[in-house]
This record gives sequence, structure tokens and C-alpha cells, in this order.
Amino acid sequence: MARNDQTAYYKAPPPVIEPGHTFDSITRKISSIVLTKHQPIPWIVTTFIGFIFVNILLVAVSYLFLKGIGIWGNNIPVGWAFDIINFVWWIGIGHAGTLISAILLLLKQDWRTSINRFAEAMTLFAVVCALMFPLIHTGRPWLAAYWLFPYPNSMSIWPQFRSPLIWDVFAVSTYGTVSAIFWFTGLIPDLATFRDRAKHKVTRFIYGALALGWRGSARHWQRYENAYLLLAGMSTPLVLSVHTVVSFDFAIGILPGWHTTIFPPYFVAGAIYAGFAMVLTLAIPLRRLYGFEDFITMRHLENMAKVTLVTGLIVVYGYAMEAFFGWYSANQYEKYMIHNRMFGPYAWSYWTLIFCNGIVPQTLWIKKLRTNTVWLFIISLVVGVGMWLERFVIIVTSLHRDFLPSSWGMYYPTIWDFATLFGTIGLFTTLMFLFVRVLPMISIFEVRTLIPQAKVKGAEGH
Amino acid sequence: MDFAAIRSRLAGADGRLYWRSLGELADTPEFRDYLHREFPEQASEWNDPKGRRTFLKLMSASLALAGVGACTKQPPEQIVPYVRQPEDVVPGRPLYFASAIPLSGVARPVLVESHLGRPTKIEGNPEHPASLGATDVLTQAAVLGLYDPDRSQTITYRGEVRPWSAFQAAMQSALGAQKGSQGAGLRILTEPITSPSLAEILATILQDFPKATWHQYDPIACDGTRAGVRQATGSPGDAVYHLDKADVILSLEADFLGCGAGSVRYARDFADRRRVTDETKDKSMNRLYVVESTPTLTGAKAEHRLPVRAADVESFARRLAGTLGVGAVPAASQDATIEKWVAAIAKDLQQHRGRSVVIPGDFQPASLHVVAYAINQALGNVGTTVTYGPSIEARPIDQHASLRELATAMEAGQVQMLLILGNNPVFTAPADLKFAERLRKVNFVVYHGLYQDETSELAHWSVPDTHALETWGDPRSYDGTVTIMQPLIDPLYDGHSAYELLALLTGQPNRKTLEIVKDYWTRAFSGAGGWTLRNAQGESYPNADTFWKRAVHDGFIPSTATTQGGPATPFQPAPKAAPAAAAATPGAAGAAAAPAAAPSAPAPATAAPTAAAPPAPAPASPAPVTLPPQTRQESAGLELIFRPDPNVWDGRFANNGWLQELPKPLSKVTWDGTAWISPKLADEKRLDNGNVIELRYRGMTGRMPVFIVPGHPDQSITVFLGYGRRLAGRVGTATEQAQPFNPYLVRTSDAPWFGSGLEITRTGDRYLIATTQEHHSMENRHPARVTTLDEYVKNPDAIKHMGHTPPRSLTLYPDHEFTGNKWGMSIDLTSCTGCGACMVACVAENNIPVVGKEQVNRNREMHWIRVDHYFTGDIDKPESIQAVHQPMPCQQCENAPCEVVCPVAATTHSSEGLNDMVYNRCVGTRYCSNNCPYKVRRFNFLLYSDWNTESYWPQRNPDVTVRSRGVMEKCTYCVQRINSARIDAKKEDRDIRDGEIATACEAVCPTDAIVFGNLNDRNSRVSKLREQHRTYGVLEELNTRPRTTYLAALRNPNPELEPATTGEHTTGH
Repeated sequence: MARNDQTAYYKAPPPVIEPGHTFDSITRKISSIVLTKHQPIPWIVTTFIGFIFVNILLVAVSYLFLKGIGIWGNNIPVGWAFDIINFVWWIGIGHAGTLISAILLLLKQDWRTSINRFAEAMTLFAVVCALMFPLIHTGRPWLAAYWLFPYPNSMSIWPQFRSPLIWDVFAVSTYGTVSAIFWFTGLIPDLATFRDRAKHKVTRFIYGALALGWRGSARHWQRYENAYLLLAGMSTPLVLSVHTVVSFDFAIGILPGWHTTIFPPYFVAGAIYAGFAMVLTLAIPLRRLYGFEDFITMRHLENMAKVTLVTGLIVVYGYAMEAFFGWYSANQYEKYMIHNRMFGPYAWSYWTLIFCNGIVPQTLWIKKLRTNTVWLFIISLVVGVGMWLERFVIIVTSLHRDFLPSSWGMYYPTIWDFATLFGTIGLFTTLMFLFVRVLPMISIFEVRTLIPQAKVKGAEGH
Repeated sequence: MDFAAIRSRLAGADGRLYWRSLGELADTPEFRDYLHREFPEQASEWNDPKGRRTFLKLMSASLALAGVGACTKQPPEQIVPYVRQPEDVVPGRPLYFASAIPLSGVARPVLVESHLGRPTKIEGNPEHPASLGATDVLTQAAVLGLYDPDRSQTITYRGEVRPWSAFQAAMQSALGAQKGSQGAGLRILTEPITSPSLAEILATILQDFPKATWHQYDPIACDGTRAGVRQATGSPGDAVYHLDKADVILSLEADFLGCGAGSVRYARDFADRRRVTDETKDKSMNRLYVVESTPTLTGAKAEHRLPVRAADVESFARRLAGTLGVGAVPAASQDATIEKWVAAIAKDLQQHRGRSVVIPGDFQPASLHVVAYAINQALGNVGTTVTYGPSIEARPIDQHASLRELATAMEAGQVQMLLILGNNPVFTAPADLKFAERLRKVNFVVYHGLYQDETSELAHWSVPDTHALETWGDPRSYDGTVTIMQPLIDPLYDGHSAYELLALLTGQPNRKTLEIVKDYWTRAFSGAGGWTLRNAQGESYPNADTFWKRAVHDGFIPSTATTQGGPATPFQPAPKAAPAAAAATPGAAGAAAAPAAAPSAPAPATAAPTAAAPPAPAPASPAPVTLPPQTRQESAGLELIFRPDPNVWDGRFANNGWLQELPKPLSKVTWDGTAWISPKLADEKRLDNGNVIELRYRGMTGRMPVFIVPGHPDQSITVFLGYGRRLAGRVGTATEQAQPFNPYLVRTSDAPWFGSGLEITRTGDRYLIATTQEHHSMENRHPARVTTLDEYVKNPDAIKHMGHTPPRSLTLYPDHEFTGNKWGMSIDLTSCTGCGACMVACVAENNIPVVGKEQVNRNREMHWIRVDHYFTGDIDKPESIQAVHQPMPCQQCENAPCEVVCPVAATTHSSEGLNDMVYNRCVGTRYCSNNCPYKVRRFNFLLYSDWNTESYWPQRNPDVTVRSRGVMEKCTYCVQRINSARIDAKKEDRDIRDGEIATACEAVCPTDAIVFGNLNDRNSRVSKLREQHRTYGVLEELNTRPRTTYLAALRNPNPELEPATTGEHTTGH
């Protein structure tokens, strides 16, 4: 594939799809990745490694169920650690997908079209990873699995609706459901395309069943567009609500470092920030691997970089405000908390966080760096680490030294903490690569609307 | 086949002959043989004497093998209800029995809670003067020792199981050999003995074997105290302090609040003299000065604590004595601080003549005790705040000398038969005696102990001891009160008490313990032994039976305290025939005024020729005593101080998980013994907590991990005895890395408590030390509020102003009204000494599991109540360092932060204001713990409760759930006790009375620092305490509205040593 001609960007607004594509070339290009017997070596290697980590995750979780939470490093005072850090991290990552597919759709940002499909898949898989934690972090998951839901029972016991954890259950399960439906709805026309193009009987049958009898009639399209728009509308508030509710887990608590009103917007911004970084982390290698530079152009990357920069600044504002409140509150516990974050035993995590989220992303102001895929990829990884550390700082450093100095303690993760964290990354990678293998990672029908031919009157549809 | 024969047999038969085979018809020898053996199988063996034996052998062997799989004794099971209900036994309701737990021979009186025959919990005996309802930590944990699965279970001979009868036979034959030499080769090594009936058995043995020797050894022997009192008063005896009468107390390295047989009572008297309420007109409290080396709980409680080297305590005391006009005035010390202290203390003591007391430490040399005696005498304290009574030990001797003498005799081959009763001397003997090595030279060694330990490994016979809760006994408490022990349960294993074991050496070998003890006291009732037995009202008992029943019921005999004229423990042989034969009975002796007449010296007939025998008592010295020359101490190098471990003591409690996991006072270290050093020395030697140092001391080398403790003298190192056990059991056996951390390896018998000439080097090794509290600074917060008496009198509200209590109108919702009972607790920090008895009591009452060192290190200990400890003061000025202790159970907040965040409503508020925990509902999110500002919630991160070790099961309190993994738990205010009282009250149709419910921590507290009750009852103790100006709630500014409140700690500093500072504690907001 030709390298991007960077000089072109200074002259005209860059296109969201490289010129020279026809309806057919788009369909062929995207579907050929799936409807083939061959996969590039990097796909095989990555999926294999991912699968190894899935197995590590299985071992870690099995051992956890066998022995109890004690295999992790959690303790009193640090009752939550990697478990909830991972939960919040994954759920945050998921947010970008919904934002791209729903909010940008409503805002008529046509550049979202080439990235929304796999961003949504990313959302779904991140939610899968995230959803594990509320369950496995409990001491008795076999009971938590259903006691947290308000099901009618003979003892008339209901969950405790004042607890943010219950709000979490509803928020995250709603989010998971809506994301899945939204994603699947968006897939239907493309599944039909695959059904039509598939050569193998079984493949045809499976795609056919999933396509739910899509024939592409005008009526289908009309209803489809309505449904999709409605789902986008439903998803939009979820982007804001889910992480707001997740932030309540902390903000409702009375712990210095948790008990703060800035958390909802700060968490939402952080989620979008982490999510866009993850989209970049996935998009840059995939684009390269499958030669999608035509569809995921430098304009996409740059736009995402800009979103990352903006949300990153909001997050940094959050950090600044936390420090300011610590001082301005004149509350000795708050003051000590921020002091402890900056200079206490976990100061390394705080300053690494500031470096990752506060300093490194500032290079995105520079266009040259913003359009450098290697640099973007590095930044996306740094931001991922930074956002994980942000949750570490919020959870661990707040808990480990709270009100009474007598109960202060340190938290040290165990090998099982790491096995679970990397196991979920493995699960995410595996699911993501399986998705790339069996489903169109770029929305075929939507990308086709981007090419100039689509704008010709009467050329709508196919 | 002989057909001719067959035919002839058939022909010769009468009638029809049935034949089985041609062989039978032929009647061949083979057939006969076959028939013979065919049926029943092996039947023929019965007729063969040789074969029968083989058969029986095989059968018994296979039966025995079959039995191996089921070798635990099956408990008898009742499958039908009682036909006749035993009196007072109501299933579900515990019974309480008075008994005692002896330690080093001295009784610690207790009441034992028994559920259907299972002792589950120990309380103090409220009527006993040595307890007043409280116990110390070691006594509290004794119930776990009873059920210890690693206890010695059977009699063994060289490791093989033997019956008691075989042991008896072996003893008889060994004794037979000794008969001829009058017992010249017979040695008995015991703990110090205060039990009169046991003393009588020993006296009898020594009468029968005049050349035998009785040695006494206790690793925590207070030889200095014993010798000091003897030198000062002229006769052996014990000092008993009356802190309820003392306004100024000077402790010269005496940890009278923390350890020792009298500590429980002393702590109570001490605290009672410190209680200041808003109501009392005369706002006064006692003042405690402590001059000590190793920081102790007593030092932590002191108004003024001066850290000095252990060897310098005596110099200080002499300087003080000189200032007070006792003896020659030694040259003034170079140290201006010492001079200032001496002057201030002397002045204060002078001003409180007769109301002050100087208490010398048990681990200090005799000369210091004489100095202290002289000071007390000069101040007119003898007879008021301190009394010297006759000795409660049957034969007070220098125990380290006694053990040394035994070791020498063993080396010389003079010991043929050695009976070791307890003490595990192979582990606990000072290293210079080479006890283990010398023990191998003795041909007949019997070890009688609770465990298969280092000593039983080298002994020929190992005889399991009975646990204190399994046997009768009559030890005396610190004040001499004879305390009757009664068994709560049949011996769980093949145990025999020391009484029964030693009875084997007398003419009556088969007597049971009850028989021995009861017989003694029946005779004592009729006047033997010099006892005058009176009940608590001072009246005599109508008959021996009433007396005995009363004594067993009460658990003690009131009139026997030495302070009330009780005699010294008699050491006389049992009468041969008639009880009247006890000739040498010295009347109704024991008037405290005439201790010189104490009959503790062996009667002439039984005089034992031991080199360690006490020197002839000097004539009672007239006042004032002349001070002996100061005990010389070289001061080269560092000083090495030995102390008993506060929890495992001399090592005997190493296998007790409750004690191992109990954080040690001041350091909060669990599971290990450490070497304490001062911050300055640590800085100098570049040492940090857990660095292993090598100790070179008097030619011996040892290793210890260090722990830095502020307030420790800079030139000393304290090591704690008891760790490094090689054979202690599954809990106590030290790891390979920790086995060298055994201070006995560098201890010498001539200087068992301290000595100089120590050199240390850093080894570079690190050892993991698990502590339950890592941070000992209050960080300018005021969880534990401390003020001085003067400030409190001047401005009683100052304590409240150290924090900020939000107004109750802060919420929009109406306040919840608690009608009925409204439970609350008040904890007085002025009284709390930080002993930790509440923690062990809570563990015993609430089935709290032991988690182990690794889990403690991960901050996962399960204690529902913890004792927080904070240091204040300037680390560079060790004398300025003070400590404060704060027990921290669940605060039972009315606005509980834990409740709102639980997603499944597993923690909710009860109608009486308890913050309840519903284990069954808990899914274990741990959110409640995160949101608890006091961090008093405990989580079962793993399966901590031991569900597998059967022997622990009977210990558990049946009224409290045994928690499983994944469940949060916390203090319930002992809700099971509340409910039990509620049931009683309902049955009688009345309200629950104040004081009817005592939580486990409240009941055990030696200083009555914890008070629980109904806040809606305006007259309850807790309501009144909550109205005190000293009352405050921890972290009240969070609007949690804790039901547990604290009374601020008051100190009464001497203005000369601590000028009053104004506004010291004004930080508030």
C-alpha cells in the first residue's frame, strides 16, 4: 500500500476514505479478510498468545474460586485492589466504542464510519472483561451471582438499593445489553453481504441465520435506519451514565480521595480518554496488517488523537482539582491524602500516572507527532497504562492510609493479581482477533456511503 | 487304594454306611488328615499349644493393625436423653466453675464457662482477691491449650507407647535401686511449688529418700526478688503491694501492670486510684514514675518514664535513696537529667510518706530490692502500701543456682534417676549449663509435661501432664490465697497430674489427685499445717465437708492470704499414720508481723542436703536496713537484656495460636521474638526492622532479628525468651530460619536477666516480621486524646474541642428514635494499660480464627477488637517518649458508613442500635470495610476457621457462628450475651439490668476500662460515663455517631519534670 502523502493534509481537508474505491472494491476488500481460508501470520501468532493468556485466566479464576480472595494481595485496609482497578479500567475502555458509534453518529461525524464497528466490538469485549470482576471479586461469587439482582424470593429479601454496587449492577448490565444489541443491529446488513458472498454451505447457513432474513429492501433499510438511530439515542446517555455510576462506587464512600463530587465527569472523561487510546492501539496495527490505510486514514487517526488530547486535558484538570481540593478543603484527612499520593510510599504510581496521562499526551499538540503512527501507537499504550495507574492511585493510595494511622497498611499484589489482569488482556485480545476473523471489522455498507458514488442521486442502496 | 480294606469296612458296618469318598472308606491317613483340618478352619491349632500362640499373635496383630486406623479414643455418645437430668445442666446454657490456671506454680484464679461438659471460655474469678473478675492474657488463652492437638497424649518409653502400669513398674524398680542409697541418685526438678498438698508430697519423698534432692527451676525465676526480700527482712517472703493506697509510685524496672502473678490485681488497684470523674470533688489521681530499660506496659502508662540501662537502675535507686537519707549519698551522677529526676522524685515521695511506694523489678538483683525496701521503710510505706508476708513458695531458693547444681551433678554422674516436671529444661536452661548434653548421662529420666517437646525427646519416659482444666489442685495466688482447682473435663489424653506422678514416689502410689488435695485440706481443716480456715466473713466452717464444698465452689479459701495472716506454704511430710503426727506444726502462725517465724524452712527431719539450699536466715534486721554493696556491673560494650516474651512466656505457650497471633505490647509484632533496639542504636549500626544481627556475648553467639522501639535505652538490646522452639507442635515449631533466634542460646545462669559485654554485627540477612500496626504516630490527628489532670480541671471542655462534632440537625431526615434498649460502650483510656486481654477474650468468646504469620503480614488478622498504640514525644529524647493505648472494637455507629454501601443488606442496624452482621447474607464485596473509617471489619480472605482439626471443635462457643471464607465479620458487642440476658429478663418479665451483660472484653479487663450498657437507662454506668467531660467519639467529625465512646486519657505529670504547657492540644477545627 502506498504511504500517506502527508503534504496533502496541509492543503485540503483530508478525505475519510482514500480515492479510487468503488462499491465493489470496498465490499471485496473487507469481506475477503473473513471469507478466506488463509490468515496472516501475525493474526495466528497474536491469537495464539492471547489464547495462552485466556488459559492463564481460567487457571487464575479456578484457583480463586477454590481458595478465596486471599490468593490476591487484597487486605484490610486495602479491600479493593486489582479486582476493582481492572473492572473500572475495562469498563472505561469500553466507553469509546459507544461514544464513536452512538454520539458521533448523532453528531453526523461521518469519519466515525470506518472505525465504529471494531470500536463497538472492543466495547463489547471490554465489557465482557469488566463484567467478570464484580462477580469474581466477591468472597462468595456463587451467591453474589444472583443475590445482587432483585429477584423475587420466598424470604422477601431485596438488594440494598442505597448501595452504589447495586447501581453498578444495573448500569453495567444495561450497558452490556444495549451495546450488544446495538452492535448486532449494525452488523445485520453486512452479515447479509457475507451470506451472499460465502462459498461454503455451513458459512452461508450461519451468516444467513444471523442476518435474520435481510434482503436489503427499501422497507428494510427504512426500518433499519430508524432502529439504529433509536439505539444510538439509547446508547448516548449510557456513555455518560455508566461511568458516572461506576464513579459513585467511590464518590459515595466517605474515604478521603474517594469522597469527591468531581468524580462523575472526571471518570467519564477518563473513560473516553482510555477508550480512544485503546481504539488507536487496535486500529494502528490492524490497519497495517490488513492494509486498511484507505479506510482508516490519517484523518481518522488524527481525529482520535485530538479526542485523546482533549479528554486527557480534562483528566489532568481532574488531577489538578483533586490536589486543589485537598488543600482548599483545609480538611486534614484530605490534605494528608493528596500529600500521601504525591510523597507517600506509592508516590511512584502517582508520578508515573502524571507522566503517562499528563505529560506524554501533550505531544499530540504537535501535528507531526500526531500524524506519526508509531508515536501514536506508543502514546496509546502509555495512556492505557496511565489510566490503569489512575485507578490504582485512586483505589489503593486512598485506602491504604485513611483516617486512623493505626490501621494503615501496605498493599502488594500477588502473582494471581497479575495473572488475572493479563488473563483478561488475553481474553480481550483473543475475542478481538476472533471477531476480526469471523465478522467484518469495518462496516461495509456504511463505508460504501462514504465514497463519492454514494452521493450521486439514485445510487443509494446497492 | 486298598479295595480289600474298603470291602471289609463296608461289610463290617451296622446298617447303611454313608461314605463320602473312597478315601474315607479306605480310611487313609491322608484322608484323616484332610478331615482333621477341613473344618473349622485352623481348629486343629487350638489343640497345639505352639500353634495356638502363633494364631493368637497373628490375630492380635491384625486386630491391632485394624485398630491403628481408628486409634483416637471414641468419645462416649449418648443417644438417649438423660433419664435423670443432672442437676443444673440445661442444654444451651453454660455452667461456670471456679478453678485456677497456675503459671510458674502461682495460681491465677478463674471461672470457667462450660457448655455441656466442654470448657469453652475462661473468665476471672470475681470473688478472688487476685482476680476480681479479670485475667491476664496468658490465662485467657489457656483454654486453647487444653484442646491443643499437639499435646503429649500417651506415656512413651523411648518413643514407644506404654501403659501407666508399665511406667509404675519401671518407677518402682528404679526407686528400689535408690532405696539402698537413701535416694542419693534421685533428683526431682520442678517448677516452684506453692501448692501445699504438692509440697507435702515432696516433703514426704525427701523424708523417705533423705539424700535425694529437689531442684526447682523456672526460666522466669525472680531470684533477685526472692533473695532481696530475704536480705531485707531477714526471712524468705513475698512483697505484696497495695496500690489502692499509693499516690506516688516509683517502679524501678517493675512491670507490675504487664506481667507477674499479681499484675491483674495491681492493674485494678492502680486504675482505681486514677479514676477522675466530673462528679468527684477531689480531683486527684496517682502518679507513676518508671525507671526502666526495656519499655513495658507499665512504662507506657507512666507519667514519667526514664530509660536507663538495666544495670543503671540500681545506681539510680541508690542516688534516690541517698537523697532521701537512706544510706550513704553516692556521688552525683554526671547526667543532669538523672539529677533532675532524682530530685523531683525524691521530693514527690517525701511529700507522700506512707502513701507512696517504690517497686523494684523482678529481674533486678537482690541489692536493688534491699535498696527499695530501705526507701519504702524510710518513707513509712512498709505495712501500708507494701507488706512483706511469708513466702508462698514451699521452699524459696535461687533457682538458677539450683539448676546449675543439678547440671554439675549430672556431669559428675551423681544422678541416676531424674524426674523433670514441666519447664522443658532442655530448651529453657541457660546455655552455659549444657543441660541437654549432660542429661544424656542420666540413665533414668522421666519427663512430665504437656507436650512432646525438646526435653521429652531426650527423656526415657515421657508422661503426659494434665492440663490445668483437667485436674484438681491447690496452688496459691500471688497474695497467698489458696486457690482450689477443679477439673472441668476428664483428661482428654492419658494425662496424670504432678500430684499423681510424685505420689508414685511415696508409700501411697495409687492415690488420685482429688484424694490427695481433699485429704490434705481435710487434715488442714483440723489444724494441720498451721492453717486457720475461715470463710469470707471471717467465720469458721461448721465441718470439713461444708468447708471443702465451699472452697471448691468459691475456688479459693479466703483466710489463707498472707496479707490476712495466712502462713507460709508448709513443707512438711505427710503424717505416717494418724494425722496428729504432724509435730512441727507451728501453731496458728503466719501473723504478718512475725514473718521470721515462717515455717518454710524444711523441718529438721526432712532437711535436704542440697548445695542450693537457702543460707540460714539472718536475724530480722532492725530498721533501717544497711544497704548491701552495689552489685557490680561492668559496662563494657552493649548490655544484653533478657525478658520473657509477653505472649509465649518462656516458650511454653509457643503452640498456642491465640497468643502467637496476639500483637505484643508496644511493638505489635506477632509470631516472632525480636531483639529490641533504640532508634539511635539502629541508626548507628545501620539496622532496620527485620535485619538479623549476630550477638556475641560471653563467648557465645546468637542471632536475632531486630525491631526498633522508641524509648529503649541506647546502649542496651532486649531479647525475648521463648522463640526458636525446635519441637513445639504445628503452631509453635520455629522454621529453620527462625530456630537460631533463641535467646536461651546466649543466656548464662549467673546473669539470667542482663549483662554487659555484648557485641553485635549486622549479618546482612533479613527476616520477615509480621506486625499488626505499622504506624505508631497519630499524625496530628486525635484518635486517642490525652490531656493532663490540671488542664482537665481548668478546662474540662478542651477534650471535646480537640475534635469536631457535627450538629445532629445536619440531616433533613428526622432522627431515628431508639426506644427500648440502646446499647453503648465507654472505654476509659486513663485506665487502659494496653495489656491485650480483651483481644484474647474476644477471640475465645467469638470463635475468631488464627490466620498465621504470613496472613498477618498481609494485614489479614481477624481480631474484632484491637489495641491501637501510639507513641508521642521526641525520638531523640528517650525520656520524653510516651505511649497511649486505645482499644478499638466496632464503634457501632448510628450512621454507619458500612451499612449504606452493602449491596445485599448483609450489615444492617438492629432496633437496639447494634450494627449487625448477617453472615449468611454476606457475599463479601468488602465495600463495608473500605468505607469503615475505623477499619474494624475483618474479612475471611481464605478459609481461616479450622474446620478439620477435631480437637479444636469442642472449644468453640456454641452461641457464635463459625465463619467460613468469603464473609465479612466484626465485633457484635457480644450479641449472644445480650440475647442470653434478654431471655432471662423476659422470663422474669423485667428489663435487663445494668451490668447484667458484660461483653467478653469488658469482663476480662483488669482495669475496668470498658463499660457496656444501655444508653436509654439514665442510671446505667455507661450513660453516666458518656456524660463526662472527658467523653469523646473517635472521628465524630464524620457524623458517624459512634455508640462506642472514649474517655480521654488523663496524665498527672510532675510540674518539675514537665512544665505545664498551654494550648498543647488545641488543634481542632
